[in-house]
Amino acid sequence: MMGPAAALAVLALVACGGAARAQDLAVTIKDHKFQPTELRVPSKKRFTVYVINDDPTPEEFESTSMKIEKIIAGKSKGVVRIGPLDPGRYEFFGDFNQATAQGIMIAE
Amino acid sequence: MLGALIIVFREVLEAGLIVGIVMAATKDLPGRGHWIMLGVGGGIAGAAVVALFAERISEAFEGSGQELLNATVLGAAVVMLMWHNAWMARHGREMAAEMKAVGRAVTDGTRPMTALAVVVGLAVLREGSEIVLFLYGIVATGTSAVSLFTGGLLGIAGGAALSALMYCGLVALPTRHVFSVITVLIALLAAGMAAQAMQYLDAAGLIDVLGQRVWDSSRYLPQDGIVGRLLHTLVGYTDRPTELQLLAYVATLLAMALLTWIAAPRPARAAAV
Repeated sequence: MMGPAAALAVLALVACGGAARAQDLAVTIKDHKFQPTELRVPSKKRFTVYVINDDPTPEEFESTSMKIEKIIAGKSKGVVRIGPLDPGRYEFFGDFNQATAQGIMIAE
Repeated sequence: MLGALIIVFREVLEAGLIVGIVMAATKDLPGRGHWIMLGVGGGIAGAAVVALFAERISEAFEGSGQELLNATVLGAAVVMLMWHNAWMARHGREMAAEMKAVGRAVTDGTRPMTALAVVVGLAVLREGSEIVLFLYGIVATGTSAVSLFTGGLLGIAGGAALSALMYCGLVALPTRHVFSVITVLIALLAAGMAAQAMQYLDAAGLIDVLGQRVWDSSRYLPQDGIVGRLLHTLVGYTDRPTELQLLAYVATLLAMALLTWIAAPRPARAAAV
């Protein structure tokens, strides 16, 4: 009797853990560079990415393939809602500092 | 310097194309310069305010303030453009007929001019706030500010020149075609804005329906290329539209056509009245 219940509990824990991780997606901008530059994101569903701008200057968090254009003021945080995405690679960049601010999201 | 030039050029061109269409639409209206200047001036002032409060706007509505502001600005512009087209459908012909009868045109011409001045203002506000923030970033960083400012100035000049070129092309059209060409251009402009507003509402998490992508033409005509950008601003081209965006686009065109048809004076009715 404990078997299925325990399994369910584990499953629920895993599910919650997964959900919490998906919600905690974040990218930090520092010295006009993204950290991390590569982000694994869920496919086929909506998710939220927090973009934290640690630089004193504003940045535009942009992606052509994901249709994102979001200005993030210096020393502040932005919320970006993305998806649902098909599995694949999606580039993003900082429009105001394209030379250095480049990153990629991998939807899977 | 090149980076600054490209960004500023792009934003100025996007606003400039809209201003160009509005100027062509009002070519023969007296006092239009005054209204356009008012729109541009108001837009620049608004852009500065938006840039100043960028952080607080962004944080409003659970982090969706910026998207909601953009959607609202676009929605307002769509309404103004619809109003203008309907107004022109009603009065355009009589105005063309009495083009030289300035007295009447001055009073009549004021109404669509307020609408179009608002459109100009909103366009400048949207693109301008980005330029302000970008230039602020340059100043704040302080590195090689001179060369970046040179780039910015060249960008403004280039964007304005290309917009002026489009304006000249429009007004050089034969007079009897100008009216219909501009009506169609404004309808497409409004439809594109409506589709873009849907994208912002979606990004704000306000609507989550019909999010499926209809097509993907990014390989043939990427939206971030020069031609793609021009088409995006002018006719609302999107390389990966969602069902909702397409629906908004078509619905706006239909609403525009219906409104114009209702507003147009019909000889039969005029005779009956």
